[in-house]
Amino acid sequence: MAYERSQFRIMGDRSLLVELGDRISPDVNRRVRELSVMLEKNPIEGVFETVPAYRSLLIIYNPLITNAMLLQHQIEDLQKKSEVVDILEPKSVEIPVAYGGEFGPDLEWVARYHNIGVEEVIQLHTAITYQVYMIGFTPGFPYMGELPERLETPRRETPRTTIPEGSVAIAQRQTGIYPVESPGGWHILGRTPMKLFNPLQIPPTLLEMGDLVRFFPIKEVEFSRWQQ
Amino acid sequence: MAAVETLEVVGPGPLTTVQDRGRFGYGRYGVAPSGASDSFSLRVANLLVGNDENDACLEVTLFGLKLKVLRDVAVAVAGADLQTHCNDMPLDRWKSHILRKGSTVSFRGIRSGCRAYLAIGGGISVPQVLGSKSTNLPSRFGGLEGRPLRKGDILSSNSPWLHLETGGRRLPQTLVPSYGRETHLRVVFGPQDNEFTEKGRKALLNYPYRVSPDSNRTGIRLAGPIIERRPDVGESIISEGVIAGTIQVPGDGQPIIILVEIVTGGYRKIATVITADLPLLGQIRPGDAVRFEEISLDEAYEALRKTEHGLKEFKDARSARP
Repeated sequence: MAYERSQFRIMGDRSLLVELGDRISPDVNRRVRELSVMLEKNPIEGVFETVPAYRSLLIIYNPLITNAMLLQHQIEDLQKKSEVVDILEPKSVEIPVAYGGEFGPDLEWVARYHNIGVEEVIQLHTAITYQVYMIGFTPGFPYMGELPERLETPRRETPRTTIPEGSVAIAQRQTGIYPVESPGGWHILGRTPMKLFNPLQIPPTLLEMGDLVRFFPIKEVEFSRWQQ
Repeated sequence: MAAVETLEVVGPGPLTTVQDRGRFGYGRYGVAPSGASDSFSLRVANLLVGNDENDACLEVTLFGLKLKVLRDVAVAVAGADLQTHCNDMPLDRWKSHILRKGSTVSFRGIRSGCRAYLAIGGGISVPQVLGSKSTNLPSRFGGLEGRPLRKGDILSSNSPWLHLETGGRRLPQTLVPSYGRETHLRVVFGPQDNEFTEKGRKALLNYPYRVSPDSNRTGIRLAGPIIERRPDVGESIISEGVIAGTIQVPGDGQPIIILVEIVTGGYRKIATVITADLPLLGQIRPGDAVRFEEISLDEAYEALRKTEHGLKEFKDARSARP
């Protein structure tokens, strides 16, 4: 649930964690986006970065300019004043995925785990429009939900040390995409040829918090064509 | 500004990267700050050779880096004592030196600390990526082509001749930190300290923790008495933003101090190292011990003001010089 009043937690002497709710939900996440937009429109002196997540916004500040107590007052005032916040309409993005084979080494395992066919896993994964709850872990990694209940899968017992760029994966009720090669413990269903992170562009990521994502299957042979 | 070649890498050592103070403002895109893991030493090294304190330096890990000087330059080394030499003469740390074309700089062995910062008068010319010259190692961008230095790399600096009059400049002894094999770190509790037991919180404060070999710029892994969670809370939490210095405790109860290459996390955090002590994190190496002391938020603010005041006096004295 979203909290009546935000909860403020101290994270050291240069950041303050504002919690907007107690769980992962579209409503709580929307409140995070609203607060994030509010702070962009009404910048507070001494705040130099905010990091939005599922249900919280981390405020990073310069402790030589401001302090946690002052910030809490300013944020609470802001929340009281601005009842309605215009947040940008999220963008919708369709993402091609080559499922299975070399690109999706866990697809068959996931199918067996749920006692369904490989085709059904793909059908379930592509049937839903996901919401990007946050970007984190590595540059551009979108944490998206919610996966259909029938695909809910625990993380791998042993994480992989290297997961290739573009891997589309699931864990618990979430799905995500590894934008850069990294270690990881989610089950890999396929790979997208779309580039999710480019440090030479601003914004550097294809997806932002709040965006809506739909996957669609492509054939392995189409992969390189999509890359162009 | 004219960038000219100043140094050539003869031997890269185990890990040498280009870093400035870090990449800020892109946490919402999952982009970690990177940057010097000991920002105090980076700033001092820069100031000694007349650079902006945020300029890019070399972060030299442990020992083995060897450089050839390609033209007369001002350099300063701050941070760890890695027995830096110019040809066969020891090079004092915390001081600006003029090195002549053709000489060789080498880092011969660890005496104290873990990372040294080598500043060159005129900085290191690499492109700014997302507002910073720092190398993001896990995602391979920024710095020099997003990678550690290699043998044969050539570094360039802007108008290095403008910095040659800094030779001999020195950081006042009172500001020089010392690095032992046991590091004392002050922390502020939170944000999830109340989700650990009293016994767990006491463990963190009462016992030394040993630094594990698999520590790196992402995190310092510690081994010691288990930091016990309350029985009614699970192993992980809903992921949220984190900052360097935050002490997270995964399911096994062994704490990890988050460093500069990560921006979100899904474990409970019992406490956070104060900003004034953050530079020490860059000087801790495997096998060291760390001890934690809890202080109040106001004491933490005061500690930072004190550190910054010392540095400001040094800066002001420097600019007052004719």
